[in-house]
Amino acid sequence: MTWETVIGLEVHVQLATQSKLFSGSPTKFGAEPNTQANIYDLALPGTLPVMNKEVLRMAVSFGLAIDAEIGKRSVFDRKNYFYPDLPKGYQVSQLDFPTVGKGSLTIEMEDGTEKVIGVTRAHIEEDAGKSLHEDFQGMTGIDLNRAGTPLLEIVSEPDLRSAKEAVAYLKKLHSIILYLGISDGNMAQGSMRCDANVSVRKKGETEFGTRAEIKNINSFRFVEKAINHEVERQIDLIEDGGRVVQETRLYDSELNETRSMRSKEVANDYRYFPEPDLLPVVIDDDYIAAVQATMPELPNAKRARFVSEHGLSDYDAGVLTADRAMAEYFETVVTTCGDAKLAANWVSVDLLGLLNKADKGIAESPVSPEQLGTLIARIKDNTISGKIAKTVFEAMAEGEGDVDQIIENKGLKQVTDTGALESLVDEVITSNPDQVEQFRSGKEQVFGYLVGQAMKLSKGKANPGQVNKLLREKLNNG
Amino acid sequence: MLSKTVTELASALDRKETSAVELTQAFLDRIQQLNPSINAYITVTAEQALAQAAKADAIRADGNAGPLTGIPIAHKDIFCTTDVLTTCGSKMLHNFISPYSATVVERLEAAGAVMLGKTNMDEFAMGSSNETSHYGAVRNPWDQERVPGGSSGGSAAAVAADLCAMATGTDTGGSIRQPASFCGITGLKPTYGRVSRFGMIAFASSLDQAGPLTKSAEDAALMMNAIAGTDQRDSTSLDLPAEDFTAMLGDSLQGLKVGLPKQHFSKDLNPAVSDLLQGAIKVLESLGATVKEVDLPNNHLSVPSYYVIAPAEASANLSRYDGVRYGYRCEDPVNLEDLYKRSRSEGFGDEVKRRILVGTYALSAGYYDAYYKKAQKIRRLIKQDFDAAFEDVDVILGPTSPHTAFKLGEKNSDPVTMYLEDIYTIAVNLAGLPGMSLPIGQINNLPIGMQLIGPSFGEARLLNVAHQYQLNTDWHQQRPEV
Repeated sequence: MTWETVIGLEVHVQLATQSKLFSGSPTKFGAEPNTQANIYDLALPGTLPVMNKEVLRMAVSFGLAIDAEIGKRSVFDRKNYFYPDLPKGYQVSQLDFPTVGKGSLTIEMEDGTEKVIGVTRAHIEEDAGKSLHEDFQGMTGIDLNRAGTPLLEIVSEPDLRSAKEAVAYLKKLHSIILYLGISDGNMAQGSMRCDANVSVRKKGETEFGTRAEIKNINSFRFVEKAINHEVERQIDLIEDGGRVVQETRLYDSELNETRSMRSKEVANDYRYFPEPDLLPVVIDDDYIAAVQATMPELPNAKRARFVSEHGLSDYDAGVLTADRAMAEYFETVVTTCGDAKLAANWVSVDLLGLLNKADKGIAESPVSPEQLGTLIARIKDNTISGKIAKTVFEAMAEGEGDVDQIIENKGLKQVTDTGALESLVDEVITSNPDQVEQFRSGKEQVFGYLVGQAMKLSKGKANPGQVNKLLREKLNNG
Repeated sequence: MLSKTVTELASALDRKETSAVELTQAFLDRIQQLNPSINAYITVTAEQALAQAAKADAIRADGNAGPLTGIPIAHKDIFCTTDVLTTCGSKMLHNFISPYSATVVERLEAAGAVMLGKTNMDEFAMGSSNETSHYGAVRNPWDQERVPGGSSGGSAAAVAADLCAMATGTDTGGSIRQPASFCGITGLKPTYGRVSRFGMIAFASSLDQAGPLTKSAEDAALMMNAIAGTDQRDSTSLDLPAEDFTAMLGDSLQGLKVGLPKQHFSKDLNPAVSDLLQGAIKVLESLGATVKEVDLPNNHLSVPSYYVIAPAEASANLSRYDGVRYGYRCEDPVNLEDLYKRSRSEGFGDEVKRRILVGTYALSAGYYDAYYKKAQKIRRLIKQDFDAAFEDVDVILGPTSPHTAFKLGEKNSDPVTMYLEDIYTIAVNLAGLPGMSLPIGQINNLPIGMQLIGPSFGEARLLNVAHQYQLNTDWHQQRPEV
């Protein structure tokens, strides 16, 4: 029996505003508990929400980035339930009239294939606080610092057909929100949280199977593992004659399993109704155009431009534009050195290799794009060879200084002085009589060996082009 | 002296016939004497009042006094005030001291008014008789066996019994106008959004509006000048240019077109109330007004739709009272659910619980369309009825309440009887319009008011009509013997 997996993702993105969605409290991560909660966040009697306009701009910019319908009249609703970290007893969210309507984004799989994934909607809502169970014996602590932090909940269509596609979708979303600068996208700190609706059906069937919602997935890796585990569980269950129950399941990353949290069949009735303390948010075409005007170049457009403007391969362009900071790094390198192809190689091979090894992000790179650009410029102006450049690069990564400084200090400057090179070549000819003889008798392959000897003798500093030229002249004239 | 209007007191202060401190002390003395029987105040803030009064006297001495400087005021206990209890008439907030003050309170303080204390009210403003208060019923100064109306019953009784010169109230379905009628004073519910709701404890957010309870329309206009105006802390407050509500008071009523809703003057109208209304109409006609019948065809749907919308909003607004962060908490909760259940069961009174239940039901899955959504549709129809009527008339006139103040306990047994108390006032809240009540006579020595309704932002015109009426009658000057 072959099974098909159907996945839809609900992604909560914490928007990177200075203050909360409906109050002036700051939103910094990691502050002392309850130091970032004001009278509204505490739900004191008589307090009222005032919307942070920056949240609207961010939501609209996301909508534009995924070619979505923008809600010109969005309405906030109250979602009612009791929980200690929800001080008002309701969460302000958007039900029927979200700010972002239907849109889509294109994901790329590892084999290079592309797929368009529908986005049903993205709505603005406030985050809840946190219940702290560990630090209090027999009691629960409440931290309301997070209460009221703006979230954008992005709901996908059930268009994803594998855990890998889900990860690709999530990575694409991550890339877009980072490009837009609307969130730090830090999954470990909860700035981006993912719930997955997973169901299976027999291949060829058109009806969806019963789905389970998996909550609490907080890394790309866990998304894949959690979904795969859940798919397996559901298939096993059905093949053993059971049926999948519609429920919420919690992913436990330590045990790599999902377990039932609460049954949605006896779920809360949230009793949504329009939030009377807020007016509908009405925006016009001018507002949308103004947001559009401030939009940065997005990954797909940047990728296409890197191909056309910098002459990169589509693959290289894809690698370099996956991350906005990486793309900006690359472009600074190009501006500094003037050679896009060399820059692409250095950034995607040497720099990425270095960062991966050190488990660092581009923002923490020990080598600045200006430094790398200068390094490439020194290759191009023949100050150093490509090989020596690797040495200089490693030294820069160790923090030994700027390019020219390192070349100077380590005496790595390429030898281009004809006199010095001539004596070098002479020495090679003298100390390798056999090979010289072989070359002269027509064995062209030996030439490479002799060049290598010259380079070795110069400790790599000799200009290889000049060595080539001189050596050939001397051998032919000898 | 204590029965004087704000305008009269201000000139007495200007003429140095008295000082704010003396005046405040005199009111405090009267409160001490009469409040034990009338129970208009939950909290009296004597010390702060005298300090504020001294400050007001200094301001007056510097020649910087405004119309409200040094005038003693009472605030309904629904407005948050720093340093003083704000109970909202509930056991749930029996220990609540707000760290911030309501915009209305701040603005009146800035205008120099002296706060005497916080007045009694129906619990969370849910009631029409002031009998649902956790702090005991308020007695009507005209007859202490009777209710003062509600929910702003404490404020109305305090004004009528000269326990303050003016008071704040709130009106969600008639809570300023009905007690004004029962107590023989003037009360104004402004256009929704005219006065900031920031710091005013919410009952039904889309209907709640603060307004003045005073001894004259002129006083109400002066209070409106202080409290009205946009507030960035309330997203539903209207961004209108500042308005002088006293500017039109002296205008002639020549040519004024008064609409009489046929639904308000049906055969069901109490004949004694009808007679007094006819008398008031004659006064306005003698001042140049003309009257014509107007139709409010959906008026009969206002009470049922109100009792879906208001409880629905209340059910969410009151969720925050969970015993976790402030207010009443049950003793020794065994777990979270126990904490919620017992804190709320013990902290809320019956009427509040009834409305939370009704509201929760109305919003429940499967019932939402039949109740909440339908009620919202009716609300739009009611608004359209008024809009159509105001194409033909300037103001609408009718009864505020079906009758004079009833006896304590008389209507407690049947909530629906109590809900029908607001049959003439509720539509005004649903439509978001300004409405006021002013006394037009007495039945068996009990005062009764008429209601004037205006189009949105028509407060100044309402106050003008009321002021002109009061210049030609003396019902607003009648005081109970307490």
